[in-house]
Amino acid sequence: MSLVNLHQVHKYYGDLHVLKGIDLDIKAGEVVSIIGKSGSGKSTLLRCINGLEEYQQGGITVDGNEVTTEDIQVRRLALSVGMIFQNFNLFPHMTVGENIMLAPTIVLKKSKAEAEEIARAMLLKVGLEEKFDSYPEKLSGGQQQRVAIARALAMSPKVLLCDEITSALDPELVGEVLKVLEQLAKEGMTLVLVTHEMNFARDVGSKVVFMHQGKVWEEGDSKTLLSDPQTDELKQFIGAVL
Amino acid sequence: MLYFSDLLQYSDTFLSGLRTTVELTVLTTILGVALGTTCAAIRQYGNTVSQRVVASYVELIRNTPFIVQLFFIFFGLPAIGMKLSPWEASIIALTINLGAYSTEIIRAGLGSISKGQVEAAKVLGLTFRQTLFRIIFIPAFEKIYPALVSQCIIVMLGSAVISQISVADLTYAANLVQSRNFRAFESYLVTALLYLGLSIILRFVLDAIGKRLFAYRAIK
Ligand SMILES: Nc1ncnc2c1ncn2[C@@H]1O[C@H](COP(=O)(O)OP(=O)(O)OP(=O)(O)O)[C@@H](O)[C@H]1O
Ligand SMILES: [Mg+2]
Repeated sequence: MSLVNLHQVHKYYGDLHVLKGIDLDIKAGEVVSIIGKSGSGKSTLLRCINGLEEYQQGGITVDGNEVTTEDIQVRRLALSVGMIFQNFNLFPHMTVGENIMLAPTIVLKKSKAEAEEIARAMLLKVGLEEKFDSYPEKLSGGQQQRVAIARALAMSPKVLLCDEITSALDPELVGEVLKVLEQLAKEGMTLVLVTHEMNFARDVGSKVVFMHQGKVWEEGDSKTLLSDPQTDELKQFIGAVL
Repeated sequence: MLYFSDLLQYSDTFLSGLRTTVELTVLTTILGVALGTTCAAIRQYGNTVSQRVVASYVELIRNTPFIVQLFFIFFGLPAIGMKLSPWEASIIALTINLGAYSTEIIRAGLGSISKGQVEAAKVLGLTFRQTLFRIIFIPAFEKIYPALVSQCIIVMLGSAVISQISVADLTYAANLVQSRNFRAFESYLVTALLYLGLSIILRFVLDAIGKRLFAYRAIK
């Protein structure tokens, strides 16, 4: 049963045709890595899946519900789709605990005690239980990104979208974030990641999608696809990043 | 020779004027910042028509003298059937004035909030209203708070003009006293010092509020 399904999705920014008929099917528990050159439409694809961008043709469903940008839809979608951004986007005026508790209390209407319990459990999961009362700016980039993951997890999403979430980090901090993702993958979380971490895509990912010029150029099992690319474009891309 | 002791018998006049100015300042600071915040939000996030309306209001107020705005409200509006007491006219004029200037200041603050913050709130399922009040306002105000405080003080000092429509504020008291005892030097010096004191206190109070609102900067 597919959790996220895209059918012939077309997206334009004005005259710019950014997504040119995307078909994609993601099943619960899959870890899908989206790779491709800058400008190939990877971020746009993720943003269409969670309703941040509208698309002009085709259809997207998440857990059987159609995705539109209509506000209520986006909010309902927020319950099943979590998203993590390249530059964390933690709320600077709230403590780590408040960041995580906010949506469970005001969106899911959980009690404060319940939300706090969830927040502490999620922080434990990302290994930052002692940072509950700290403010984001006092944390390293890697820690901030782990808090962002905890914040998304607190809404118990069915799928987590990650847009280059290690790209803004110092190299020595990338590992701690990838470790958290790997743990989530093991627990069966569905992950869709735009990433440049080829090793991660190969070792942890179940599927790789190579995007080129707004199309899904090549896709398949991660180990097979990366070791035996079929198209020249993917061969070239892999040659360039490795 | 200077005769400050001649002012003593008028201390009640000064005190009552001081009180009026303080009341007016507290009220119009709150109302003006609330108006400015609303208009700034419309200017930043509203539809084109409401944005234009707000922009016109801001430009109208910022490009005309305060005393003319006040006279228009107090002397002009009765012509179309809106008769206001001097006190009411003053509150309205000062609120509208602070509202216009603070709109521009607060809008700069709203503009400093990254799109990412809004999107993060959206994907967590917050409504736009919740995003505005919980995510945007505090960091936005933090960015422009010193400018906003200065503007509140400017408006408080500018309120001296309302003595022109016989609101018995501090300046009105000074005028009254010096017309009685002809001690202009002493009267206005004392009044100036009282305004200076008010400015210092207003800044102190607003800074204290800021320290509370933006406490997260100082902690840990
Ligand atoms: N808001 C926007 N308005 C207009 N054009 C946009 C907008 N966002 C993206 N684009 C364009 O759409 C195309 C795809 O952008 P997208 O951000 O999806 O690429 P990407 O694969 O994520 O690239 P990168 O690896 O650099 O993040 C690019 O040509 C980009 O310039
Ligand atoms: Mg991108």
